[in-house]
Amino acid sequence: MSDVVTLADGAGGKASRRLVERLFLEELRNPLLETLDDAAVVSANGTRLAFTTDSYVVRPLRFPGSDIGELAVNGTVNDLAVSGATPLALTAGFVLEEGFPLDELRGLTRSMGRAAERAGVAVAAGDTKVVERGAADGLYVTTAGVGLLDPRVELDARRVRAGDRVLLSGGLAEHGIAVMLARGNLQLEFDVESDSAPVHELASALCGFGAELRWMRDPTRGGLATLLNELVAAAGASVVLDERAIPVRDDVRAACELLGIDPLYVANEGKLVAVVSAEAADDALAALRAHPLGAQAALIGEVRSDDLPLVLADTPFGGSRIVDMMVGDPLPRIC
Amino acid sequence: MRFVDEYRDAAAARAVAVELADVAAGLPHVKLMEVCGGHTHAIYRHGLDALLPENVELVHGPGCPVCVIPMGRVDDGISLAEHPEVTFTSFGDMLRVPGGRHRSLLEAKARGADVRIVYSPLDALALAVREPERQVVFFGVGFETTAPATALTLRRARELGVENFSVFCNHVLIGPALRAILDSPDTDIAGFVGPGHVSTVIGTSPYTFVAADYGRPVVVAGFEPTDILQAVLMLLRQLRAGTARVENQYGRVVRPAGNTVALAALEEVFEVRDDFEWRGLGAIPRSGLRIAEDYAHWDAERRFEVPGARIEDPKACRCGDVLRGRAKPWECKVFGTACTPERPLGTCMVSSEGACAAYHAYGRHKVLA
Amino acid sequence: MCLGIPGQVLTLDGDGLAKVDFGGVRRDVSVAFTPEVEAGEWVLVHVGFALATIDEEEAQATLALLGEAIDAELAEA
Repeated sequence: MSDVVTLADGAGGKASRRLVERLFLEELRNPLLETLDDAAVVSANGTRLAFTTDSYVVRPLRFPGSDIGELAVNGTVNDLAVSGATPLALTAGFVLEEGFPLDELRGLTRSMGRAAERAGVAVAAGDTKVVERGAADGLYVTTAGVGLLDPRVELDARRVRAGDRVLLSGGLAEHGIAVMLARGNLQLEFDVESDSAPVHELASALCGFGAELRWMRDPTRGGLATLLNELVAAAGASVVLDERAIPVRDDVRAACELLGIDPLYVANEGKLVAVVSAEAADDALAALRAHPLGAQAALIGEVRSDDLPLVLADTPFGGSRIVDMMVGDPLPRIC
Repeated sequence: MRFVDEYRDAAAARAVAVELADVAAGLPHVKLMEVCGGHTHAIYRHGLDALLPENVELVHGPGCPVCVIPMGRVDDGISLAEHPEVTFTSFGDMLRVPGGRHRSLLEAKARGADVRIVYSPLDALALAVREPERQVVFFGVGFETTAPATALTLRRARELGVENFSVFCNHVLIGPALRAILDSPDTDIAGFVGPGHVSTVIGTSPYTFVAADYGRPVVVAGFEPTDILQAVLMLLRQLRAGTARVENQYGRVVRPAGNTVALAALEEVFEVRDDFEWRGLGAIPRSGLRIAEDYAHWDAERRFEVPGARIEDPKACRCGDVLRGRAKPWECKVFGTACTPERPLGTCMVSSEGACAAYHAYGRHKVLA
Repeated sequence: MCLGIPGQVLTLDGDGLAKVDFGGVRRDVSVAFTPEVEAGEWVLVHVGFALATIDEEEAQATLALLGEAIDAELAEA
């Protein structure tokens, strides 16, 4: 471990995981935090609430298809939704750099408002801090959210069984590639937009399957690969993916080829991954596809019992490969 | 994507595999080396080993330009990046590569160095034009595939009179590396899958010595699954027939004479170093390029002081054996323990193209199982 | 060792540059090493440089060999 924080520590892969486990968890250890889920479950007077927070530092602040304001709402809504909760209310904290244009702030806040309305949730409290010019890069947003847990489901990786199926709600890598290219330093022109969207309706449709729904997450930083590695570690079983079944738009795939990046490791902001029983898989897939955000949903793999839990991908050539956890942010490569 | 998808056809791959099995049946156990890391990566990425006959073993060669940069040179790069006036530009591949003391460019960046990823050396030159107050240094790495891009960028820099741009040159040549492998004692590699993209520049004649002097066949190959399988088939047919020739499976982009315009640019801008150290393989005579006198003004090694310290390859690491085909990644004691893609100790774990990294990422379960 | 991606030349923009399309992603690419290339042709691109034009006949020839392999397998089955 490096003795200073590096960008890899925030990239959502192995380094992030280690920072959380070896520093934050050690210093803050408690039963609620220990699950390291996207949202903590808090019980109060018999009501079970999901509680979560996330910070947004994306550059540029606006990118094709979305902006930091919309992302900050959707991200937290999604963390609640995939925990099996109906989002109730959000808070928003802003760190602003002295000199940041008010017009820009208003535009991004308006975008937050629209996203909140779309997700049916209120931004109920907020906070603003301003730091000296140079002490921050424009604007950072932190949102927190609370949601009411659906009593029909109990989502837990430990409930995942061999034979269960893995569903993905749509094409991978659109957000990460759109943002990477919007930064402009790769000089690539591209029409793909970020997939930023609230997945609460997709999640809610799956919650209708009750106990047949085992586990849900949204594949953000670190991508599908990192998410499934966290699943297999917690579930003690392997996931075998059918590589051909994983939806990726042709132009997104082309961008990934060009940059030497595997779409399985690229961030998404409007997708969910679910594990359901084999019996419920077809109906659950139909339920996802019935929603406009899930039109490209696919059954992408199966859970297999294994002494050594791994994420594997069966290739069309009869072989298979390990899909490991992400090491650091995907970097464009030339070889 | 056109010219990609049609060569990823699983039915065609299986059909070639049937032919492979036929031809291989008449052969003893054979070791073939795929020289290029791109092939290594593709083989694991697509699980092609499942389609190879049991008596055909693929050995992963030294053709990963990131992996073969010695740690001392990485440290030199980091030291350049740490100059306060320098903006250090690099392909993304080099950023995680550790130098001595386990420091990488990514860590140098975390400590305040201005390190930026570029897709093309021309982008680095454009950055220098945009930010005239910065000294923009480009980390030139790669074989003859990449070196022409650096050459043309240097030529542009001179034409435009860009004074705040320079190149830290670490370009290497594939031919001498192949010779070093063939010259190492008890090499039992029967044939070579030749590097396709290098060959777009150098053509197929630089491999003639492999066939003529060492009696080993070479088949230059493309990077899609059916390309690689076809190349293996062509090699096996030569072995069956007892011939050793240079063949070209990748005719859609590789011409026998290569790219003469690119070769002329290399000739003009670079000169061959007397020797250059390769990580894992040691010093190889006439295997590296440096910037020629005419372009000395844009040579980062002449513009700035670089430490130039030599750092020994780690003792526990068997990369040299892996690169020569004498050991498989998992036979190395530190594979997956002290040496992982996150904290690579040796060259083969450094880039996703390195034999150990590819095996660690994609093939580990086959040994564990 | 070196990523080389096929792309189609959309326009030649002078000064040794061309706009190249890679399956929906576009970039300015130097065609200094393929001075004979024309719009509509396919090139192999590495680090922003076209290193070769793609020979359609050769590409077809390779595919034809694959087709023969498939036919041979079907005939045997």
